[in-house]
Amino acid sequence: MSEYLVDIKNEKLSFFTPAGEVKALNDVSIHLREGEVLGIVGESGSGKSVTAYSLMGLTAHPGKLIGGELNFNGHQVENMTEKEMRQIRGNEISIIFQDPMTSLNPVYTIGNQITEVIRLHTDKTKQEAKARARELLELVGINEPERRLKQYPHELSGGMRQRVMIAIALACEPKLLIADEPTTALDVTIQAQILELMMELKDKLGMAIIMITHDLGVVASMCERIAVMYAGRIVEYGTADDIFYHPKHQYTKGLIRSIPRLDTKEHERLIPIEGTPVDLLNPPAGCPFAPRCDAAMQICLREMPPVTTFDRVHYTQCWLNQKEEMEKGASHE
Amino acid sequence: MVKYIVKRILLAIVTIWAVATLTFFLMNLVPGGPFLSEKAISPQATAALEAKYGLDKPMYQRYLTYMTDALHGDFGDSLKQRGRTVMSIIAMKFPVSARVGGISVLVALILGIPLGSIAALKRGKAADSVISVIATCGIAVPSFVICTVLMYFFGVKLGLLPTMGLQSAKHYIMPVIALSFYPTAYIMRLMRSSMLDVLGQDYMRTARAKGLAGGKILFKHALRNAILPVVTYVGPMLAYTITGSFVVEKIFVIPGLGGEFITAINGRDYTLIMGTTIFLATLVIVMNVVVDIVYKIVDPRIKLK
Repeated sequence: MSEYLVDIKNEKLSFFTPAGEVKALNDVSIHLREGEVLGIVGESGSGKSVTAYSLMGLTAHPGKLIGGELNFNGHQVENMTEKEMRQIRGNEISIIFQDPMTSLNPVYTIGNQITEVIRLHTDKTKQEAKARARELLELVGINEPERRLKQYPHELSGGMRQRVMIAIALACEPKLLIADEPTTALDVTIQAQILELMMELKDKLGMAIIMITHDLGVVASMCERIAVMYAGRIVEYGTADDIFYHPKHQYTKGLIRSIPRLDTKEHERLIPIEGTPVDLLNPPAGCPFAPRCDAAMQICLREMPPVTTFDRVHYTQCWLNQKEEMEKGASHE
Repeated sequence: MVKYIVKRILLAIVTIWAVATLTFFLMNLVPGGPFLSEKAISPQATAALEAKYGLDKPMYQRYLTYMTDALHGDFGDSLKQRGRTVMSIIAMKFPVSARVGGISVLVALILGIPLGSIAALKRGKAADSVISVIATCGIAVPSFVICTVLMYFFGVKLGLLPTMGLQSAKHYIMPVIALSFYPTAYIMRLMRSSMLDVLGQDYMRTARAKGLAGGKILFKHALRNAILPVVTYVGPMLAYTITGSFVVEKIFVIPGLGGEFITAINGRDYTLIMGTTIFLATLVIVMNVVVDIVYKIVDPRIKLK
């Protein structure tokens, strides 16, 4: 068994649409130890969610895995049948979604929706499952759990519903929790509560978390490792310190420049990243970020940059970094 | 719930009164009368008949008399079918139409819901195309065409099925097919579109992420949400179908209520027009209340006010 809980190697995934092949993931590699928190950041369409969903075998039609290895907890996900995947989903690997308002089925009670997953993956009786559901609601900080079990989703607030989603996700004590923008649809005060709850539960239950977000603030406070994705590639990977204090890739630098800061002077504007994301139907030959990059060189438009490693963890895919490192290496000699 | 039902009953009374009043004055404004016929009847005889049924009185007076009697449960005698009360005609004919119509609605639901769901699940595939073509035909082809075609092939050419009456189970087959064709097609279309909508909902993804099997996801999570539009449609449709179809009953010689609506109007059988109209209106209203209550049971978000 591998030392990692999650070990994705060179994942390639495309959506075969009528307009042509959309290369959603290109050589994505991710690994994660038990109990670790990995943040995946990037703008819409960069492949964050696709990466996570493919690990659960939930790739939406017409998406297809066309290469790479996906190892999770001793399973070879890419070779598993749908039936085998079902044993894992909701059990060893769970997910919470972006919009708690629509992620619960409106016609069933909270209790029904929590006990459903418990009864599916364990052989608990109806009564035991109900007791466990009550316990879970308490765990995620919902008051009057007995009453809530009988309520319907529309009777709860957004924050409460997301807590219920977390309760469902944690029902079978998964090894890995995927959080797909779990706080995007919530009020700021509720966001903080939900993140705090997730961190608290992670420590209590010892699960690993993959946090998918476009909010750098969220990853900064939660994640040990951060992967920055752009156009279906990981363009920079490192510890939170690496990403926030020593960003190397021009895209990461741009992202960080676009966050509002407390010490921003009055009337000072945030610096946006100009241009629009690449069209994955017709990706450019070279670095996908080159058309938007201030520091783009000739070679960036022609060839895909290789991986430049800075230390055991931190790496980028950028010609500029490659050039700088080579110059540094040369001057050392 | 009780408050809601009381409110709906009061509302229903007002509605039925309005329907009755409108119908009463409209039918009296139409030229002609129940005692005109090709054979000349002596003016004295006509006058005597009119006096007997109170038709010689002014319209408002007749209206008041009719409404008072109706409130007491007396819907009068038929003007054309001598010796029968309107109530006895409805009591005799309605069960016949209700049986044929009820079976047809059942067939429509049993076929329409699964076929519509299959079309949604196999979207864009052959099954979807076949079902969509059938659905379009079902909606476009009028019932008299279906009746005639059925009768020609199964009744006359192949001689498999009896063409008139309702003496045995076999007799029901063709009328039921003819009556259920349109509602089946309609339910298929409703079901297909609402199922497609539901399949794209976030909670379906949640259900998959829980590790539930396809069948469980479909039957538990999708169907209950997708069936709501069908419920809305089936209520009033049931009311219309069980009161009979003029065309189908005429063609297959079924002694149902459907024919009475039309013959009553053509013959200016005033009391029977009133009776059948009030009966249909009441059924439609009752079915709508039933739909609301079923809706509330299926979808807890709905509040009955």
